[in-house]
Amino acid sequence: MPMKKPLLEFTEKGIYCHAAKVYLDPWKPVDKAIITHGHADHSRWGHKQYITHPTNVPIIKHRLGDIEVAGKEWGETFTVNGVKFTLYPAGHIIGSSQVRVEHKGEIWVFTGDYKLENDGVATPYESIKCHTFITECTFGLPAFLWRPQKEVFKDINEWWAQNKSNGQTSVLFGYSLGKAQRLLKHLDPNIGKIYTHGAIENMTDVLRPMIDFPATERITRDTKKEDIKGHMVIAPPSAHGSTWIRRMVPFVTASASGWMAFRGARRRRAIDKGFVLSDHCDWPSLLEAIKEIGAEKVICTHGYTDIFSRYLRDLGYDARTEATQFEGENAELNVETEISESV
Amino acid sequence: MKKFSQLIKTLDGTNKTNVKVAALAEYFTNAPDQDKVWTIAILSHRRPPRPVNTTLLREWASELAHIPLWLFEESYHIVGDLAETIALVVPSDESSTDKSLSAFLQEMIWLKAQSDEDKKAYLYRNWKQLDYYGRFVFTKLITGGFRIGVSQKLMTRALAKATGIDEDILAYKLMGNWDPNTIDFQDLILEEKKSDYLSKPYPFYLAYALENEPESLGDVTEWSFEHKWDGIRAQIIVRNNELFTWSRGEELVTDKYPEFEVFIGRLPNGTVIDGEILPYPNKEIGTFNDLQTRIGRKNVSKALLKKTPVILKAYDLLEWQGEDIRTRPYSKRRNLLEKMVAGQDGIPLFLSEKMEFTSWQEVAEERELSREKRSEGLMFKRKDSPYLVGRKKGDWWKWKVDPLTIDAVLTYAMRGHGRRSNLFTDYTFALWNENEEGEKELVTFAKAYSGLTDAEFRKVDAWIKKNTLERFGPVRSVTPHHVFEIAFEGIAESKRHKSGVATRFPRILRWRKDKKIHEANSLEDLKALIPHTVETE
Repeated sequence: MPMKKPLLEFTEKGIYCHAAKVYLDPWKPVDKAIITHGHADHSRWGHKQYITHPTNVPIIKHRLGDIEVAGKEWGETFTVNGVKFTLYPAGHIIGSSQVRVEHKGEIWVFTGDYKLENDGVATPYESIKCHTFITECTFGLPAFLWRPQKEVFKDINEWWAQNKSNGQTSVLFGYSLGKAQRLLKHLDPNIGKIYTHGAIENMTDVLRPMIDFPATERITRDTKKEDIKGHMVIAPPSAHGSTWIRRMVPFVTASASGWMAFRGARRRRAIDKGFVLSDHCDWPSLLEAIKEIGAEKVICTHGYTDIFSRYLRDLGYDARTEATQFEGENAELNVETEISESV
Repeated sequence: MKKFSQLIKTLDGTNKTNVKVAALAEYFTNAPDQDKVWTIAILSHRRPPRPVNTTLLREWASELAHIPLWLFEESYHIVGDLAETIALVVPSDESSTDKSLSAFLQEMIWLKAQSDEDKKAYLYRNWKQLDYYGRFVFTKLITGGFRIGVSQKLMTRALAKATGIDEDILAYKLMGNWDPNTIDFQDLILEEKKSDYLSKPYPFYLAYALENEPESLGDVTEWSFEHKWDGIRAQIIVRNNELFTWSRGEELVTDKYPEFEVFIGRLPNGTVIDGEILPYPNKEIGTFNDLQTRIGRKNVSKALLKKTPVILKAYDLLEWQGEDIRTRPYSKRRNLLEKMVAGQDGIPLFLSEKMEFTSWQEVAEERELSREKRSEGLMFKRKDSPYLVGRKKGDWWKWKVDPLTIDAVLTYAMRGHGRRSNLFTDYTFALWNENEEGEKELVTFAKAYSGLTDAEFRKVDAWIKKNTLERFGPVRSVTPHHVFEIAFEGIAESKRHKSGVATRFPRILRWRKDKKIHEANSLEDLKALIPHTVETE
């Protein structure tokens, strides 16, 4: 008797459902791809057909141009070759979804990227019961422990107000999809005006019909230095050290990322200030999510996978690691890997 | 402690010198006096001995964090700093504490003599009470130095700004053997006094590397030349029939070099000589590698004294007949030194030979002989120059020989520390060698972790993560693929190294992307660089 294929396999092209002939967030071109969210390492070029949550449709089209994409609501089950698929919110960034896959009574959940805290922009994460849980663990180390975002934004706004009273412009770095809008949503517009880098303004424009954001002003060639002074500028990490940023002088820089928990990460990038703010689970959240789901098997895809899965085995889970090409928040660390976006 | 934590946070958070000086000056103006003394002590590496060893720290931190020790260790490898790891993983109620910095340090002195149980209870209590940054600073005080880019000079500048006392005078006051636990700020800094200066050395005058062609210095006859000896820069003080030996790190090392005790009685009281401690096995100058065997030892065995004796090569005379003569011209000080050393047979005191040349061409030719003479290059000293404080440009210059270089293959990598934690930046390099079966294999010869740009490090790091062969704890072996040009200052035979060769200060010169691994150098090529000593006159 031939050995039964697992419901989801890890192949060269991506996570593959053999029974449905569908890939989840594949990294090589395929015929049919279910996409969890709009970040470049999860929604790539070249697939013939994309299936994703409706919120992601304009995001992915903005990034990838005219593609064939179908929207599926959260909780709306659709069947492909007899396999049932359902999307559920993942809380990572706007539109981010988990994929629940059910076939012949067996249930798997693939998280894509996720976090448990409600950030006020992304629809909050829902815990979905399953037999096998495929989880990211970007920050799967006990050294990562996030403070509630309310406290972090209090710090960010105080930092901005302080810089303003020193006559300096605040430049805050965040990935142009997700982090930038989360920052925008919680900055206090009473302190001053919020300016944006073109890449962020373009992406935010795509999202404005769905989410209410404070007013922003795009920085263009005609923007005057004197006008920006003391105000806030949100820019993608790749703008750090570029000629673009010189027109903000005098300015101070900050990065909002989970990596800012490490002194070394901030110093390595020569950023003045680091705010620990992530769109991924911290250590306690990962453990909480796994405990709540009650899965028999856990597969760790990206982040500190070896360490995290070993700890899960210590705790008695059937846990293992699979190699993928997802990058988690690494894109924020390594500017070279970020897709360059037009100004 | 809150003030001190805030200070460390500010110093750690900037690489701008002015910001650092301003933060320190502000602290030296407003902090409690005894905290100032302790801050000076900590920033000049005079912290109390470590009260708890790091093995226990790791065990207790992992216990308090409810994680297995292996997971703590893995986290430490990734975070790259023990105190930071502890601060990140242990839980806290942040009930806070307003204990002063000096109170904490006195507790740490007390703690050293306590039982393990008491130590553990003390750490738990404090880890729990302090906030994240306080916990980091507290643990750093236990484990060791703060690497925050504050030199003694920078600290002295801030102190001068805060007190209005001249920087040179402060540098002098801060040298030597003072104990932060018994001295107060008044005594250490503010009070003017002439007594207890018996053991005090003078701040060293250090040279900058030559920036332009030597010809740009003008008339060659205005300059004196010496070889730049490769040992430990030191000051030898004989005052009131006592001997004090100070190293350039302002460490009192008298006990480590008992050879110099014979200077008492032979050199007049009120003498301070600036020179270089050099190994002298078989009555000739040895390599820095020889000296390594002496540096770490507090108690030197008779056998070692016989095998690797040391001498002092005298450069300069700073105090003569009890008088500070640093403002006299170099040529005059040198004459006095030569008179003093002449006729001193049978003691380990030699003059560093002064040379004069009639053309810069001759100077360049002499420099070429440096390696054979076991020196690092040449020193230029203007004949009429005073002995200044610290690193100053103009009157003294060093002209080192170009480093030796070799092309080697990257074989192992480890995560870096501090700024580079989380990136694989500490590399091991290998050279080709033919084994007994006549097969070519790669033999490790050096480790290096500096010389690439941040962008290059990120590229190599990404490559390493994709090309790991095996993991040994924090170390990864990688597919031999990349060739790097490695530079180093000196080279000597060594029984302690697998390759049989020890290199001094190896670092990466460039990434040779144009070379394939079979084009890297061999161990034989490296050995050919070992200099053969020539007779010095």
